[in-house]
Amino acid sequence: MRRLGLRTVALGYLLVLLLAPVGVIFWRTFEHGVGPVWSAITAPDAMHAFWLSLTLVAVAVPLNTLFGIAAAIAIVRHRFPGRWLLSGLIDVPFAISPVVIGLALVLVYGHGGWLGDWLAGHGIRIIFSTPGMVLATAFVSLPFVARETVPVLRELGTDPEQAAATLGASPAQTFWRITLPAIRWAVIYGVVLTTARALGEFGAVSVVSGKVAGQTETLPLFVQDQFENYNTAGAYAAALVLATLAILTLVAMNLLARLRRGRSATDATPTRATSTRAVTA
Amino acid sequence: MALGAARGRRLPRPGGAALSRGLIALYLSLLVLLPVAAVVAKGAERGPRALWEAIAQHEALTALALTVAVSVVVVAVNVVFGTLIAWVLVRDSFPGRRLVDGVIDLPFALPTIVAGLTLLALYGPQGPVGINVAFTRGAVLLALLFVTLPFVVRSVQPVLRELDRSMEEAAASLGAGPWTVFRRIIAPNLTPAIVSGAALSFARALGEFGSVVLITGNLPNRTEVASVYVFGQIQSDNVVGAAAVSTSLLAIALVVLLVLGLLDGRRRRA
Repeated sequence: MRRLGLRTVALGYLLVLLLAPVGVIFWRTFEHGVGPVWSAITAPDAMHAFWLSLTLVAVAVPLNTLFGIAAAIAIVRHRFPGRWLLSGLIDVPFAISPVVIGLALVLVYGHGGWLGDWLAGHGIRIIFSTPGMVLATAFVSLPFVARETVPVLRELGTDPEQAAATLGASPAQTFWRITLPAIRWAVIYGVVLTTARALGEFGAVSVVSGKVAGQTETLPLFVQDQFENYNTAGAYAAALVLATLAILTLVAMNLLARLRRGRSATDATPTRATSTRAVTA
Repeated sequence: MALGAARGRRLPRPGGAALSRGLIALYLSLLVLLPVAAVVAKGAERGPRALWEAIAQHEALTALALTVAVSVVVVAVNVVFGTLIAWVLVRDSFPGRRLVDGVIDLPFALPTIVAGLTLLALYGPQGPVGINVAFTRGAVLLALLFVTLPFVVRSVQPVLRELDRSMEEAAASLGAGPWTVFRRIIAPNLTPAIVSGAALSFARALGEFGSVVLITGNLPNRTEVASVYVFGQIQSDNVVGAAAVSTSLLAIALVVLLVLGLLDGRRRRA
């Protein structure tokens, strides 16, 4: 009886806070049928926003993946002064408001910023243009790959790598054939989280974009723009696209978590524990 | 980069590792270190007095106070409901449990602006249930509860799963009731995980922006949170004011994470 009560309270809370609102957005979007939704999604500004969002993901995610793997290896495998600083700095994006991140980038790369005027003198425009939005996206999604990879790399230990080296493998062979296969699920999981975050970022991109419809408007910015201009149908349609992508992300996360748990019993626990931390933003 | 790092690890020749470290340092400096330093420098450039005056502006102070107050409430609610949800997911069994478990992460995957829009669609002026919290402080609370939901659940869940149940059985066999078992056995074991989840929700709630902009109406001195205030100041070219409030947000988040790190370190040593 007590158990049933607790279950009801927990599920009720989830229903009221999480499931009902997300369900309503689907219902609201298709209130007037599929036709208006389709035309709202395929409107030129919406399409442009979608492609711009994909462009940001296409640049920021590979950068952060390379960075994440390299940083994880440096943190776990190397001893050098400033290692703690590196480890701490990687978490910084989780602790900062997206708006502050946007402001920070403006103060360095914007008009009158530390590097902005020098860059402008060389004809490079960053703030209020795509490069600034790439920087904002890369900043907010920086920690995921590194945070996922570090515990797995630590768990792996150096034995397999040393064994490979003893058997005459070159460092490159050791990396590609021992290290990378061992960390690949963690890396892929990190990439999924990075992509989800990069696709949905709003605050930081909002500050650096200038929000010109059809030019510097990403899909989340488009949602706000449509809503504030009383075009709720357009806002709901674009939100639906983003919500669908989020649900796909969720499915991918769950599949990957299951795969990793099945793959090795040893890294199951730390993995589950750390994914929490990493999603943490 | 990764290749370089792998090479440096084994060979005495430092070239690869040094190159990799150099690139890591360059990327982090240009992307994170320099910009964050610029915010603090901007906030403090006219001295601590001017910094304080910018923060002590009525609107800024109200926004900061509201943000901290609501974040504290958010943490309290998350501690209770997050632990409860984790308990139900680990100890209870019912049809659809795995689906519910998978859905917990939805607030992390869903773009914040979409989160705000969904809450507005259900609990706004045109909501189908007749509850309208839009443009009230309740809306701030609702939005922050939504985006921080997974933190406590996800940090408590693995600990609860690993918890040895023989302790609870022993306590029960010695005559302890369910509430006593929870208070004396389960809760002490979960405390570190709860604290860590709570700190992360607090840090997140402090800086949240996307989910609150649509539903709170951003009314100055009423529903305006700190990040929205900063955004407004940037838009109206008061960069110094924006940087000052940003600096205080950074300071609060830093303190929270430092305390978390200290607690974590103490637990590991123990």
